[in-house]
Amino acid sequence: MTTETTKGKYNVIGTRPIRHDGYDKVTGRAIYGADIKLPALLQGAVLRSPHAHARIKSIDTSAAKALPGVSAVITSADFPGAHDTLIDLGEGAINFRYASNNVMAGDKVLYKGHPVAAVAALDKNTALEAAALIKVDYEVLKPVSTVMEALKPGAPIVLEDLEGQDLGEKIDGQTNQANHIRHEFGDVEKGFAEADIVIEHEFDTAMVHQGYIEPHNATATWDEEGRVTIWTSTQGSFPTRRQTAGILRLPDSSVKVIPLEIGGGFGGKIPSYLEPVAAILSRETGRPVKLLMERTSVFESTGPTPGTWMSAKVGVKNDGTITAATADLRFDAGAYPGSPVGAGMMCVFSCYDIPNTRIDGYDVVVNKPKTAAYRAPGATQAAYAMETVVDEICQKLGMDPLEFRIKNAAKEGTRRADGPIHPIIGAVETHEAAKASDHWNTPLEKNGSDGKLRGRGVASGYWFNIGLKSAVTISVNEDGTVALTEGSTDIGGSRASIAMMAAEVLGIPAEEVRPHVADSEGIGYTDVTGGSRTTYATGYAAHDAAQDVVVQLRERAAKLWDVEVDEIEFANGSYQSKSDPELRLSHKELASKLGSTGGPVIGSASVDPEGAGGAYSTQICDIEIDPETGKTDVIRYTIVQDVGTAIHPSYVEGQMQGAVAQCIGWALNEEYFLNDDGAMVNSSFLDYRMPTSLDLPEIETIIVEVPNPGHPFGVRGVGEVPIVPGVATVANAIHDALGIRLRTTPMNAGSILAALKAKK
Amino acid sequence: MHLKVNDESLEVAVDAERTLLSVLRHELGLMGTKYGCGEGNCGACTVLIDGEATRSCITPVTSAGGREITTIEGLANGDELHPVQEAFVEHTAFQCAYCTSGFIMSSAALLDRNPSPSDAQIQSALSGHICRCGAYGRILKAVKSASGEGGAE
Ligand code: FES
Ligand code: FES
Repeated sequence: MTTETTKGKYNVIGTRPIRHDGYDKVTGRAIYGADIKLPALLQGAVLRSPHAHARIKSIDTSAAKALPGVSAVITSADFPGAHDTLIDLGEGAINFRYASNNVMAGDKVLYKGHPVAAVAALDKNTALEAAALIKVDYEVLKPVSTVMEALKPGAPIVLEDLEGQDLGEKIDGQTNQANHIRHEFGDVEKGFAEADIVIEHEFDTAMVHQGYIEPHNATATWDEEGRVTIWTSTQGSFPTRRQTAGILRLPDSSVKVIPLEIGGGFGGKIPSYLEPVAAILSRETGRPVKLLMERTSVFESTGPTPGTWMSAKVGVKNDGTITAATADLRFDAGAYPGSPVGAGMMCVFSCYDIPNTRIDGYDVVVNKPKTAAYRAPGATQAAYAMETVVDEICQKLGMDPLEFRIKNAAKEGTRRADGPIHPIIGAVETHEAAKASDHWNTPLEKNGSDGKLRGRGVASGYWFNIGLKSAVTISVNEDGTVALTEGSTDIGGSRASIAMMAAEVLGIPAEEVRPHVADSEGIGYTDVTGGSRTTYATGYAAHDAAQDVVVQLRERAAKLWDVEVDEIEFANGSYQSKSDPELRLSHKELASKLGSTGGPVIGSASVDPEGAGGAYSTQICDIEIDPETGKTDVIRYTIVQDVGTAIHPSYVEGQMQGAVAQCIGWALNEEYFLNDDGAMVNSSFLDYRMPTSLDLPEIETIIVEVPNPGHPFGVRGVGEVPIVPGVATVANAIHDALGIRLRTTPMNAGSILAALKAKK
Repeated sequence: MHLKVNDESLEVAVDAERTLLSVLRHELGLMGTKYGCGEGNCGACTVLIDGEATRSCITPVTSAGGREITTIEGLANGDELHPVQEAFVEHTAFQCAYCTSGFIMSSAALLDRNPSPSDAQIQSALSGHICRCGAYGRILKAVKSASGEGGAE
């Protein structure tokens, strides 16, 4: 179902053309990172730490080097030692020195799976055999795995040189607390004093992984002039170029990144892991080197989203008005600073208009892989805390949870707890659409078959979305089609949405735009495909580049008819003279005359738009629990989301459904399970169980369109907010079924059974 | 050894312990079959052996000797795509599409033995496949529309 306000307003936008790369994707023709072949290619392997925390006393590579077929063996000693420079990757910042230590450990390993050495050999088996011959002498240290343990005095210290900060002050001595920041507004003490009901709870959430099916991969060559070329699957060629160049201490311009098709990322393919290692191996061997990650290493060595400890406190008056709220969000960053706690703080209260707020955020290092972005990073955890407390409040007040959310909703002009003022947003419209949905209006039969218990939950979430830099060029072919070049790697159909926006401006069908994702030397700087920014910002650039084409085509028409440019107007895909209706050419006709009027026309645009619009999602979930086994089945799920304008509704719905599938897994099953030595023990798809078709109902989608005034077509971001309220929605449904609040994820069969037992 | 892949007879010299996936990708250059886990848990590497959907990552190449192997590259009938391939495009049954070859191969095998499967039969035939982009609903629709029941939406 769609609440489409844009119906009829556009010719191309809002339609569902077949995606441009569709046939490549069903015939095996699409080339993903691991598929690349090069002459004289060597295969690599990475040796990883079996310990969660250990000092490297020595590494002996002699036996590995002596193995026939081995071309090079490297360790951190072969890396140049990156500078202490912080750069922003679009969805989180990294420090080059830490990033370098993360791709190849220095004097300490900080998590199980941390790379310690790498090999290049004639074939994969030889490389693996050589890696096994490398002798590493470790002094095993006690690991620390959770935020609260890591913050205790006397906890094992993860990074000895970490300079911790607390509310802007440097912490004396060694610490695992990278940072503590606070946003404060109004007077929370006064606000809680005015409240009739105050609810406060603590939460623990487990670390979870994005779980993309394509493992990381990188192939690199280092040539005689010191120029590095990289083939990889990445969420951004330019951010990969920056990271690789920073780690290798090369100028950005010496690194060229060629992005191949990407088999999922969800934020996890923003950081570079293998690219700098493959480059050094190539430097050492003089040949191209390919590195492919195994599934185990994807879990153990690449960035998941943080485990957390959180508390949230909310005060309300009897009439349902929120008077004050506080939250304390403590996120594990993994082995190096930089958890998404800041983003969690930006989102935690942003569904609401709350006069008095205080939010504390802690970024804490632990002996786990360095976290990376995962779909609205930090916001899902924060919403789990806030939205389950809100659910309890609604229950105490006897108030309909959607009425409560509408009553307290953030609106245009509401100050977000961390400072910014909301522009036009669609929180109320989203809740209203949920209220009007078939799901909400169909009562749930509370008793399921065979003694199963049913419950319904609802929750909301917010994500701010980002803009950042994008470039697009459009060149007009003589047959009237256009070639569109962009720098945004296409994870889920963005070629189609970007092409559609250009088509809309040019007045041609989407099929006549040929989108192409260029390498880092084929297009201007473009930030990551992340932050829900691609359709927004790259679409913005496509719009502007198409406008540039229109300007130039008007000039050509003027030249052709020997009239002033102002005489030419462009409407409904045609260029025509204002004074002489006989003078009229369609885009196609004019395109065929470019050769004789000055040569090809190329439009271009480079943008850094400021007007990304925040987005809301409200979700309704029905579950059925077997009290004998604790197993939860999701039996109905509806997601409502304000998307601004749905460019290609099928892909918008796909993002919404995909995010729900992920948050159902997050809520009910997924976790990093660590043993007492701090090592992950469930690093396979069998043990880290992600939802399959049997675990999910059909996910119903309701698109709400409150156009974003900061975009020419009203686009907001789409990909991230749909995951935000999901875990809370499931938790609230579990409460409705059992009368039990679970404040620890995953809410799996074991914890449900334990809670049922404790209740008896 | 002797392999019959996509209607072609081939002689390959490979180690007996190699997996079919590794031989298809690295010796024969058939890159459409994907590695997702190497442990038989995700379905990305699914090919047909004598018409049966099989995980090539845990299939020793020797066990496929002399049998009919079909990969995604060989599923089309000449210029004409398999109905499941067409249906996946029409129903936008993927986002990143890394899982797609595997899902298509299993769906083709299912429709071959059961031209009009029920929803439950489709779901169970595909239950060993993971699509992390969560395209399951669309995949179900695509397979249904490619089935004997035709393009019912
Ligand atoms: S790669 Fe074969 S099942 Fe995952
Ligand atoms: S479409 Fe990405 S895993 Fe299925």
